[in-house]
Amino acid sequence: MSEALGIIWRRVLTGALTVVGAITLLFLLIRFVPGDLASILYGPRVTDALRASLAERMGTDQPLPVQLVLFLSHAVRGDFGINVISGRPILDEILGVLPNTLALAFSALGLSLLIGFPLGALAAVRPGSLADRILGVLSVVLITTPSFVVAILLLLVFSLALDWLPVAGAGTPGDPVDQLAHLILPTTALAVGWIGYLARLVRASLLEVLAEAHVRTLRAYGVPEWRVILIYALRPALIPVVAILGMALGDLIGGALFAELIFGRPGLGTLAYNAVVSRNFAVVQATTTVIVLVYVTANIAVDILSGLIDPRFRRTEGEAAR
Amino acid sequence: MRGFAGRIWRERGGRTGVLLVALVLFIALILPFATPDPNKIDVPARFLPPSLHHPLGTDNLGRDLLARVTVGTRSALWIACVVIALSMAGGLALGVIAALSGRLVDRLVTGFCDIVSAFPSYILVFSLVALYGAGLGKLVVAIALAFLPQFARITRSQALTLRHRPFIESARLMGLPATTIIRRHVLPNIVGPVIVLASMNIPSVITTEAAMSFIGLGVQPPQTSLGTLIRDGYVFLDQSWWPIIGAVAVLAIATLGCTLLGEALRDVVDPKLRREP
Repeated sequence: MSEALGIIWRRVLTGALTVVGAITLLFLLIRFVPGDLASILYGPRVTDALRASLAERMGTDQPLPVQLVLFLSHAVRGDFGINVISGRPILDEILGVLPNTLALAFSALGLSLLIGFPLGALAAVRPGSLADRILGVLSVVLITTPSFVVAILLLLVFSLALDWLPVAGAGTPGDPVDQLAHLILPTTALAVGWIGYLARLVRASLLEVLAEAHVRTLRAYGVPEWRVILIYALRPALIPVVAILGMALGDLIGGALFAELIFGRPGLGTLAYNAVVSRNFAVVQATTTVIVLVYVTANIAVDILSGLIDPRFRRTEGEAAR
Repeated sequence: MRGFAGRIWRERGGRTGVLLVALVLFIALILPFATPDPNKIDVPARFLPPSLHHPLGTDNLGRDLLARVTVGTRSALWIACVVIALSMAGGLALGVIAALSGRLVDRLVTGFCDIVSAFPSYILVFSLVALYGAGLGKLVVAIALAFLPQFARITRSQALTLRHRPFIESARLMGLPATTIIRRHVLPNIVGPVIVLASMNIPSVITTEAAMSFIGLGVQPPQTSLGTLIRDGYVFLDQSWWPIIGAVAVLAIATLGCTLLGEALRDVVDPKLRREP
């Protein structure tokens, strides 16, 4: 058990280092831009008062390493300053819309698992069948169609032509049915690619497990096929699927940017986009930092989860530690 | 070489990929000779539906959409090639340096790759463009940076496995300079998987460019790309839904064709790399 804790601790530590590295990279990228920091961060609205308060906050008159430490300590505490347009703390604005984006990303992840997983399993049970071949073609098409294109097509068909579902917004707060109705189209648009991807992944991984010796032994003992698949084969086949969930979440949060813009949903994407349009980089920088934090955290969680469900991983890691 | 092409052609997926990519190349390279001036404005003829004269109809300024799609396709392909060349060159350099230099350099390079990958790729490109401004050149560099870590990682791991192989050791014992060893013995042995990775990444690059140009942060008018065409069509969606269809279709065909071709290439070059999907 202490070994497992050690592995988890080390993984969290490297994750934290990566986040610090990412914030440092962001800092360097900002400092590489020619011009003074205040105009970069606040755009055309910059005033002398803003300039002075920024100089004090970020230590712009200090050497670069001191500035970096100040930048990091602000970022770690979630102190991203004030949005010059709305006058509210940037962190409050981000936390206000973060649930919308996370709801979108997680429901898309859930939907891809819910559809992609059974499809892949079905294809693996009867490899080479008509269903398997149709699914093979379908999943490539799903994977390669960009999600923003799917979003536009869904908008065109279901909202404008058929008028079945609401077009814009995130729904009235406190009205779950309305909020759900607003989630359907963007969720579908985001999930489409990952449905195809997961179907292929599950198929390949299940086929691999089904070809292994222990499965042949089970079959030779006369264990019914459904038991072989559901009870013995599915769990090891899950490992690569779980391993990819962190990457999936990062991709979905990135893709949410476009889905939010197309469907006019409030979220991190719309917040950051409006900030770019009004040249308010301070908000973009804060949004990016929060997204990196969410992404790295998701990857840590996935790594730990993989370790929990994969006994091989646990043993080899333990032996390596000893 | 003939065997390569033959094996790609024999697989159904590879054959479909070749045909789709050929179609895209035809649209980008040959069709422009047969279409009218893509920038000729004819306002009275705006939003025309497809006809013999305008096979894809006309846009909000009466410009021929087929002609505009050919231009957009050409720039999408150009951008994809330049981006992939940049991230491949950068990744090869970083990966070889990491694998063959000391431990500290290796740590620095892998750390850099981990940090860049901590940003979801769309978010990295978005932030870079937000910071340095939109436009073709900056977009290309931003996307190339986002795709670089994959190339650096695969080069590094390939080069690491080569490092202690007898033929490399003997080349080193013979006193060959490092650059010669890299050029003559290391690079030829790692180039296969790197090219496969490059071909598999082309669809993602095309998609990223189109997506960024679609939200107005990529290629800027009057330059045309598939993304700007989709944006133009999207803006006038309530007046006519024709303008958006051509660019969307070509984008879908290009990504599908390149994916199928890339997968066929991977299976032919190195079946070991076949880890679905």
